[in-house]
Amino acid sequence: MSRFIEASLLMLALAANAAERFPGVGRAATPAEIRAWDIDVRPDFQGLPSGSGSVAQGQKIWDGKCASCHGTFGESNEVFAPIVGGTTAADIRSGRVKALTQADVTRTSLMKLSSLSTLWDYVNRAMPWDAPKSLAVDDVYAVVAYVLYLGDILPAGFVLTDRNIASVQGMLPNRNGMTRRHGLWDVRGAPDVKNTACMHDCATQVTMASVFPDWAKASHGDLSQQNRLVGPVRGNVTAAQALDTATLARRNGCLSCHGIDKRLVGPAFRDVSARYKADAGAEERLAQKLRKGGSGAWGPLAMPPYPDLAEADLRVLVRWVLAQ
Amino acid sequence: MAQVVRTGRLRRAPEGFLDAEAIVAVQSGRRDFLRRAFAFAAAAATTQAAAADGEAAILELPEHSKALGQPVAARGYGLPSQFEKNLQRRESPGLTRVSGASVSFTPLQGLFGIITPSGLHFERHHQGWWDIDPSRHRLMVMGLVREPRVYTMDDLMRLPAVSRMHFIECGANTGMEWGNVAVPTVQYTHGMLACCEYTGVLLSTLLEHCGFDRARGKYVLAEGADGSGLTRTIAIERALDDVMVAWAMNGEMLRPENGYPLRLVAPGLQGVSWVKWLRRIKVGDEPFGTKDEVLHYVDLMPDGTLRQYTSIQECKSVITSPSGGQFLLDKGYYNVTGLAWSGRGRVKRVDVSFDGGRNWRTATIEQPVLPKCLVRFNIGWAWDGRPAILQSRAIDQTGYVQPKINQLREVRGTRSIYHNNAIQSWKVDGSGEVSNVQVY
Repeated sequence: MSRFIEASLLMLALAANAAERFPGVGRAATPAEIRAWDIDVRPDFQGLPSGSGSVAQGQKIWDGKCASCHGTFGESNEVFAPIVGGTTAADIRSGRVKALTQADVTRTSLMKLSSLSTLWDYVNRAMPWDAPKSLAVDDVYAVVAYVLYLGDILPAGFVLTDRNIASVQGMLPNRNGMTRRHGLWDVRGAPDVKNTACMHDCATQVTMASVFPDWAKASHGDLSQQNRLVGPVRGNVTAAQALDTATLARRNGCLSCHGIDKRLVGPAFRDVSARYKADAGAEERLAQKLRKGGSGAWGPLAMPPYPDLAEADLRVLVRWVLAQ
Repeated sequence: MAQVVRTGRLRRAPEGFLDAEAIVAVQSGRRDFLRRAFAFAAAAATTQAAAADGEAAILELPEHSKALGQPVAARGYGLPSQFEKNLQRRESPGLTRVSGASVSFTPLQGLFGIITPSGLHFERHHQGWWDIDPSRHRLMVMGLVREPRVYTMDDLMRLPAVSRMHFIECGANTGMEWGNVAVPTVQYTHGMLACCEYTGVLLSTLLEHCGFDRARGKYVLAEGADGSGLTRTIAIERALDDVMVAWAMNGEMLRPENGYPLRLVAPGLQGVSWVKWLRRIKVGDEPFGTKDEVLHYVDLMPDGTLRQYTSIQECKSVITSPSGGQFLLDKGYYNVTGLAWSGRGRVKRVDVSFDGGRNWRTATIEQPVLPKCLVRFNIGWAWDGRPAILQSRAIDQTGYVQPKINQLREVRGTRSIYHNNAIQSWKVDGSGEVSNVQVY
């Protein structure tokens, strides 16, 4: 028997053994099951379902389902990092986003995006935020086309399809901006930064490069309340014991979705106050809404329930909102 | 008489004698306050000495020594003491806008040893968390395999199980500190870190069971069952080495926030690769370029290039006590303690400096010392009341020495966000207050 056949037979035997090693464990996946879950799309577009969507269709979906979080032009930094902005026609030509070399530039998705499949795959699997996997295939094409239109990469009349998507890949502003040349993926790779284990008289001088500023001491609440009550150290008292209402609102997550005078995910408190100003029953209704959750009276996202909020705190918060 | 009432400290813990005025003094900076605090303590001690022959804590028997306590099973699932409520996982204000796509940090300042209590394990969710019915959860292994297979939890828990301790660190841990000092305490600088004992089946066992293509299978994709369907590519060498499909953490099933009923455990790799609510493993011949590999978890270099797949969490350490936002109660002896870890293997040594990195002493490393697992280090220090800068520096089995922040910045600039494994500096000022600083 040749060595090759011998080796092949051995491998077959090993494979068979692996399957037989655990009889009765697991079962074959059906083709329909694989289709249902095999949704990933790779940079070479393996896995991309056929379909198409126009910029115009994308705009309709965008305005209805995306703009409330991402802004009308995909530029909003209010809820999530901005998607659109920071790329130029020169970037589209070179495939490198120049703004990424500049300090203090807000990084948008389109500035970083090196593979178009990534955008398609993510919109398809995870968007909209509160109803992931609800978009039809053609809708995903349309939304992707619209985002690229907002980024001045595609013209208004464009229809994105599985047949032309590879050519659109060639227009991404940062398509050449990604590197895997580093030693931080392979566990045996070479580190890029080196220090030495000097033990004595190492630094000639110690330079204080940055210190935590005094004015920010209360930025993370009262640190005395974040440390154990016994032991060799205590937390610094960095805030008054009684919380002011704004802090109460922040601690309970209210300000994650609402601004005082700015709409975030939910309405601005000032707008809530304005709507219910003349309504005598408003306090009770808002209290109920806070406790049990809302129905989405202000937009696509419903207010979540807060069953564990202390009643006293809840009342204080409602009155505070109405006083804005 | 005064000798009898000594509590073992020059001054008592301040919470016992802080009045309103003193609190205001603390808020406006503690230097002046400290001198006054000593005076308060001395006065309190004198009063007590005159009033009694010893401490009330000893002389007056407490209720718990004189009455009947709680019965067994009063709490079907035990909870920490009511006096431990300060140790909570917390969000860092202003870091994120939406709490469903946010982070809560482990309170490292109050933890001991290396195991993170399950309820204090940091959280990172991309589209909120779920408590998934395990009887309805499925894992599919497919792609370049001879036979794509589906496993129930019943199936998985019949397979040969392993139990191993590993650390998990978010790639963005300490990310807020790339540019400058930004947060006050170790909870916020290093709290996207945990270490647990996991039980599950090795991913290699599942891949072999499905007959994966050894010639063409170079990468696996792991996918979560949550709304975000979080996906990460893992190189096949890692997948076949020590990656686990785990259902248990610290002796019980995973907590929902940590992926109940099934998660990937990817030792040494950044936390995002430890896909929670794991529903699918796909074998492929190319990386998958997912959102968290292209738009996030990419390291921006000074020349504008984005480094992709910088997955290994390099050797790092931090002193957890004393640490930022705390203050020392007194001059004298302290056990300085902290954590060290390496995504490339075992920690070999930890050195500690008390003078900002001029001179170093080697700390004691507690057992066990396991690969890709936290180690606890301890070292004695007698504080003489003078300002000091405390640092720890870990060295791993490859000989890699944890770098200084300026060394990292020289190579990677200040905008990387991810993979900041710099030596952490805590400044102790003359009043005993500890704060977060960066020194070159």
